[in-house]
Amino acid sequence: MTHHLVLRVIAKLLIPFIMLFGLYVQFHGDYGPGGGFQAGVIFASAFILYALVFGVEVARRVAPDWAVRTGIAVGSLLYGGTGLVAMLKGGNYLDYSVLSGDPVAGQHLGILVIELGVGITVASVMMAIFFGFARRGR
Amino acid sequence: MDVLGLYNYWIVIFLMMSGFYIMIARGNLVKKVVGLNIFQASVFVFYITVGKVSGGTAPIIAEGIERYSNPLPHVLILTAIVVGVATTAVGLSLVVRINEAYGTVEEQELGAMDGDA
Amino acid sequence: MLAVHFPALQVVLPLLAAPVCVLLRGARLSWLAALSVSWAAFAIAALLLAEVLAGGPLSYALGGWAPPWGIEFRVDAPNAFVLLIVAGIGAIVTLYAPKSVAREVGEERAHLFYTAYLLCLAGLLGVTITGDAFNLFVFLEISSLSSYILISLGQDRRALYAAYQYLILGTIGATLYLIGVGLLYQATGTLNMVDLAQRLASLHDVRGVRVAFAFLAVGLSLKLALFPLHLWLPNAYTYAPSAVTAFLAATATKVAVYALLRFLFTVFGAEFSFSALPMGPPIAMLAVLAMFTASIVAIFQENIKRMLAYSSVAQIGYMMLGISLVTVEGLTASILHVFNHALMKGALFLAMGCIYYRISSVHIADFAGLAKRMPWTMAAFVGGGLSLIGVPLTAGFISKWYLVLAALDRDLWPVAALIVLSSLLAVIYVWRVVEQAYFRPPPPGHDTREEAPLALLIPTWMLVAANVYFGVHAGLTVRAAGRAAQTLLGGAP
Repeated sequence: MTHHLVLRVIAKLLIPFIMLFGLYVQFHGDYGPGGGFQAGVIFASAFILYALVFGVEVARRVAPDWAVRTGIAVGSLLYGGTGLVAMLKGGNYLDYSVLSGDPVAGQHLGILVIELGVGITVASVMMAIFFGFARRGR
Repeated sequence: MDVLGLYNYWIVIFLMMSGFYIMIARGNLVKKVVGLNIFQASVFVFYITVGKVSGGTAPIIAEGIERYSNPLPHVLILTAIVVGVATTAVGLSLVVRINEAYGTVEEQELGAMDGDA
Repeated sequence: MLAVHFPALQVVLPLLAAPVCVLLRGARLSWLAALSVSWAAFAIAALLLAEVLAGGPLSYALGGWAPPWGIEFRVDAPNAFVLLIVAGIGAIVTLYAPKSVAREVGEERAHLFYTAYLLCLAGLLGVTITGDAFNLFVFLEISSLSSYILISLGQDRRALYAAYQYLILGTIGATLYLIGVGLLYQATGTLNMVDLAQRLASLHDVRGVRVAFAFLAVGLSLKLALFPLHLWLPNAYTYAPSAVTAFLAATATKVAVYALLRFLFTVFGAEFSFSALPMGPPIAMLAVLAMFTASIVAIFQENIKRMLAYSSVAQIGYMMLGISLVTVEGLTASILHVFNHALMKGALFLAMGCIYYRISSVHIADFAGLAKRMPWTMAAFVGGGLSLIGVPLTAGFISKWYLVLAALDRDLWPVAALIVLSSLLAVIYVWRVVEQAYFRPPPPGHDTREEAPLALLIPTWMLVAANVYFGVHAGLTVRAAGRAAQTLLGGAP
């Protein structure tokens, strides 16, 4: 692995930009095309590129199993929990309008939190699938 | 309506039948999952076709545009694609486990290895 | 105040408890989470049924988006009844799970087992409660994907291949359903079931609608294992862990039957499904074929779990036969049988789990003298078996009685005779097990009592007791099923 100098340098250069683009897609999702699904996959692809170039074991030190698993669970709980909060505030399940005093701001806040949950879960799931397959058979 | 004008639907039917054929005719478990993917892809194309409004653009609000395509089928298909990815992942992981347990992913050899399966 | 949110909580509680189980990690803690959530879901289902029977359908707009634009959870008599049985079986199987799972899946993977189990429960409840055709697909896939995982956890390596086969066929079924929904959307521009029903009323002659009907019917028939689309079922039920088999056998196919009922009667309407398109005779023919072919195949099985799996295919025949009569009586019998069959197959497969826990086999050869070794377990098996045959004072009798009455009501004497005749086939396969267990000597060195632990026996006997209770006090279930049938045929609201 040590001799793929070009690959290693390019990967190290690219990974921050991939992550930044992932975050852009994530948080720009309520104005333009984007959102949690796409952002999660882009974000996970940074880790997958890292694993492809530097090896799966090195990548798993950066993103250990427990972190990936927690990410999957926390993301979906963030999504479902937002719904429950809306319920506690007197709206229907997942009714974001009641999350804030102003219904429009509430919708805004709700979709932002939900998409964040989706993003975390999707990124973690993509990593979990990749690591799950990559670790087998060696 | 002329037949060629509906070419989207011809593509849908072609993909659907190819996928279905692969699932029936191939004994290799990985190829069956590929067939399943093609089968599902045909449905994605079908929904996107349904959502297209003649002369409409992508459903993002912008000035000077009056006619948008129907975004609902796109959203539905986004969900269906995610379901498809999950199905593929589960299917392939089962194939990996089958390969570890049996040492093969050919359907006929599997049948021969377990007498009554 | 909380009560208005019950339709949402019914699904959301198990759905959210699933990731919590991942975080908890310990087998015991995650079991406690699963247990409390599944019993809460059961309580909610019971309250919803009471509310619906007293006051009529409930509608819950998710996210505050009013139907038909938003996703609607709609609870009326048919699905409240199905919710009750799914949540009830889910609660009892969770109670049963810890010892069985520790033996067959392993302690270290138990929390992931409960995650998949709760997802499956949430998916099945979601399919039942939703009033949106596409949302039904999503929940169907949640429950299916988690059930593929649950099946693959079986100890035998054949469980993996069984799960794979189910995955392929189940996904084909779900995708066909998706095509059907797409065609309906193309014709009507809506996905809400009530709205669909209103718009389809004037579109009976549109070809796209008829094609949609075909796709939906075949897709759902694959999921509910209607003969001859049942090929995935025997292997899946045979090699899955015992608790999973009991849960899936009692709920998964039932929910698919419900979904088919919903489309045949609510969305398309009985007039379209059975008058404009003559669906009655073909369904009846397949049903009778299922009753006989599957029962006869069951008689020749050496593996008792596989025998019970084929018997499930036969029992689905009874449900479809009731549907094909298209009368309130026939539908009542079908819905009753959905409920009662869940009780009896649940009890029988839980008893199988007890036996597997002790002797690590469900092969008929190993059953010799088992009644001496495990008297309570075998008594539970006999109880479930009597209900399966349809002996009076058991739940199985009630639904078969109503089915025979419904057939006679339509002057279908031969059909009524066939129902009785196929029940006799059930006598044969249940008797084979009873004979082996009660009238053969146990193998030498194994004639002491080695009963299954109480933690397994109590849930099993709860279901056996339910079989007897609903066989004696049939009023409650018959009333609920009758209301459900009237609702589906457009009588009562």
